[in-house]
Amino acid sequence: MIDKSVLDQHNLTEDEYRLIVELIGKEPNLTELGIFSVMWSEHCGYKSSRVHLKKLPTEGPRVVQGPGENAGVLDIGDGQVVVFKIESHNHPSFIEPYQGAATGVGGILRDIFTMGARPIAVLDSLRFGPPDDPKNRSIMEGVVSGIAGYGNSIGVPTVGGEVYFDPCYELNPLVNVFCLGLADRDKIFLAKAEGAGNKVLYVGAKTGRDGIHGATMASAEFGKETEHKRPNVQVGDPFKEKLLLEACLEVMDRSLIVGIQDMGAAGLTCSTTEMAAKGGMGIDVDLDKVPQREAGMTPYEILLSESQERMLMVATPENVPAVQEVFAKWDLDAPVIGEVVAGGRARMTFRGEVVVDIPVDAVVNLCPAYDRPIAPPPPPPPAPALADLPLPDDLGEALLKVLGSPTIADKQWVFRQYDHMVQVNTVFLPGADAALLRIKGSKKALAVTLDGNSLYTRLDPRTGARIAAAEACRNLAVVGARPIGVTNCLNFGNPEKPEVMGQFEQAVTGMAEACRTFGIPVTGGNVSFYNDTEGLSIHPTPVLGVVGLLDDIGKAVSPGFKAAGDDVILIGESFEELGGTEYLKTVHGLEAGAPPAIDLELEKRTQEYLLETIDTGLLRSAHDLSEGGLAVALAESAFHSDRKLGCEVDLDGELRADALLFGESQSRVVVTCRKADAAGLLRLASRRGVPAKLIGRVGGRDIALGRGGRDLLRVPVERAFRVWKDSLPAFFKVPA
Amino acid sequence: MKFGVVRFPGSNCDFDTVHALRDVLKRKTVILWHKDHDLQGVDCVVLPGGFAYGDYLRAGAIARFSPLMQEVQAFARDGGRVLGICNGFQILLELGLLPGAMLRNKDLKFLCQHVHIRVENERTDFTRALRKGQVLRIPIAHFDGNYYAPPRVLRELERNRQVVFRYCDAEGRLTEAANVNGSMANIAGIRNKDGNVVGLMPHPERASERILGSVDGRAIFESLILSLERSGPARRPAARTRARHDR
Repeated sequence: MIDKSVLDQHNLTEDEYRLIVELIGKEPNLTELGIFSVMWSEHCGYKSSRVHLKKLPTEGPRVVQGPGENAGVLDIGDGQVVVFKIESHNHPSFIEPYQGAATGVGGILRDIFTMGARPIAVLDSLRFGPPDDPKNRSIMEGVVSGIAGYGNSIGVPTVGGEVYFDPCYELNPLVNVFCLGLADRDKIFLAKAEGAGNKVLYVGAKTGRDGIHGATMASAEFGKETEHKRPNVQVGDPFKEKLLLEACLEVMDRSLIVGIQDMGAAGLTCSTTEMAAKGGMGIDVDLDKVPQREAGMTPYEILLSESQERMLMVATPENVPAVQEVFAKWDLDAPVIGEVVAGGRARMTFRGEVVVDIPVDAVVNLCPAYDRPIAPPPPPPPAPALADLPLPDDLGEALLKVLGSPTIADKQWVFRQYDHMVQVNTVFLPGADAALLRIKGSKKALAVTLDGNSLYTRLDPRTGARIAAAEACRNLAVVGARPIGVTNCLNFGNPEKPEVMGQFEQAVTGMAEACRTFGIPVTGGNVSFYNDTEGLSIHPTPVLGVVGLLDDIGKAVSPGFKAAGDDVILIGESFEELGGTEYLKTVHGLEAGAPPAIDLELEKRTQEYLLETIDTGLLRSAHDLSEGGLAVALAESAFHSDRKLGCEVDLDGELRADALLFGESQSRVVVTCRKADAAGLLRLASRRGVPAKLIGRVGGRDIALGRGGRDLLRVPVERAFRVWKDSLPAFFKVPA
Repeated sequence: MKFGVVRFPGSNCDFDTVHALRDVLKRKTVILWHKDHDLQGVDCVVLPGGFAYGDYLRAGAIARFSPLMQEVQAFARDGGRVLGICNGFQILLELGLLPGAMLRNKDLKFLCQHVHIRVENERTDFTRALRKGQVLRIPIAHFDGNYYAPPRVLRELERNRQVVFRYCDAEGRLTEAANVNGSMANIAGIRNKDGNVVGLMPHPERASERILGSVDGRAIFESLILSLERSGPARRPAARTRARHDR
């Protein structure tokens, strides 16, 4: 009955099948095979990535919960914890952008409130093909409105994130959604089914045929036939999720349940078997009791459905009526569908017959891990010798070109579609280096950022991943927040291709090195392989979500210039590093060369210096240098200033002018301070071993950068602002 | 003095509104559950923002049938002050406590941003702490905020000075560009004829603390507090209001 073609449909190999037979001591029936296929999929089982992920540091004094639960948990003092995680929803978002992105938001929100935390912020890392192509625009419009449609409705602010454009994402856009929650430390719940005799409750939406094999779909390459997979994409109902959120938090707040798990990828299968395995128990489920949206569903379909907005809970028999009462208040049913039992087996019945009887340990914990063959990552296209690269005649025009490139241009077109203010905690609006959220009732605040430059990782995976971690942490440090933990979303191509595995291995290594140096634990995340469509892989795209903590929100620093006459200091050193830059890409049409080098120790010193100076209140503004280099950073600080203040900057040194202006050397930050404070800041920098130099002054109406008293470029702030501001909306203007 | 903030399934600015009234303005504030029939003796009812019933069918269309809305209607008829913010405004329109309707924003996109609004009528219980022509900077966050009313209703609104706020630029000019959602006559907020019911699309609770970037919204709550302090909860006997409605 189960032959090669059935295994192929389930994305299982013959070796894996033999292992299943050995582990469960019998030939699985089709339903049992379906269970293994999703639980042992790349998406759920991490079979290609596990051996490498072990390198990441996962421990630290604040870690309450590391990888392995629905989300990571960190102690932030005063009895409170933050709960956070990032997840990809790439494949569904390509097939059906609106629902794919919307259910991505829904899924990550459930991961957070499953643990007893109220979600307080969402950020997204989005990658699309260039917006001049209508197909890419349509995907982008769908994704953005899907995120908005779900997040706005449920009332969790989308406070920031990043949007990148590159041709490599044309047929494989990336939608990575991050969520942050806040909870009391003693109110954290885990996905454990404990206590024989305790009842298993099903809450939320009814089960339908949508999303069957979503996890398996996310674990294979895409071809031209992906249109047919549209029925595999689930449909979201944010209103239902809002009810579920409030009801779940209420039963958890009243300690009415023992354990809880959301039904995400692999639905009922995953939640029942994982909860049992984590509790060291077995579970009996009567599939006839599962609320169903459609008639005639088979056990296979019920178990593998990925219908949204569903949760599984375990409660003692005495508490069942109280739980059901809370759900009834929110117009939700909470039927008992099973029981926790001793013995470690999952037994499911359907119309009186046992249809599943397998050991949960085999399903959950014994998925094979592969140390797949590794080949060196594909080498970067060589950059032309700098001598052959023509210097633009007009560097001011070059700045405008870079500012107008979709990756750098203002993203308000995106962010204003998201409610980024609901819950009234948002202190920095989207567009700053990091999102900043106050914690009501305290002086503390949380800063969050997502980061990852995939061109760097394409050119050199290890350096690229180190930079991603460094820059994410720097984004927090410039605000005044100390990074306390990381979640990562690793988007890569097909792991069965040795060079893709090579990229993965190098990127994880680089990330581990950086996180160790900075002393920040990785508390979980998500791996998304098979980002290949029609045989082409995306750039390796590791995205980091980093959470930072500020003790005193009154000290937070924003990127905008504050007052004319303030001194401008450049922290860090500039080198002739044009490889992988946005300038090289937009002005010269090249994605080539080596990415900038990074010295992790220097980076750490630089961040410590920023935290120290911000704590003493000496910095008036601080902005990280990233894509577009010094010229773009200064322009952005001008745009962010209330009165659009310009700056007059005079540099020195022998670098090529374009490398000086647009090079992306790492560990650099532009800060401003009162004139009287500059000398002290420079002295402290030198004591801390951090290069820093006074380079100019805030003021005037131009962004002016020169060398040795001669202008290299001079552009009116207002003109640059218009280019930066109008670029993205222009792509979406409906012709009159 | 006691405020009541109604919680519908899908409300999401309920906590924020309670925070502004209770924690920032230090007024007694209770949550009113939509399934109840009890207004708990509040002096002012606030319908908060959000997506009551998911905004399914039409924003506010299902929420108007919530049991508590019978009490809110009676309360309003008796002269009790009712403030509808964003989704609350949409619900007031569906309830018929305010005239007109909301269309999708002119660009067919959800809009979350700070806007400027001009105080058109400072002689209401909701604006008495403000000056006529004063410009407030205050956030909006909605998909359906494009106010529409038939010409006859619009004329009546203007004649009775029922327009309370209009979208304007930073200098107070009523420009097309400032009218981001495309509302008729730049309307951002209106009152009923009796002046005890006001709805507005902008969110005053999001502009009530300095740390959030603006305190301009606080004056709306402060006006309400002033009014409640001066004249007590309801101003007119119920019978008179009913008679007017019967005509």
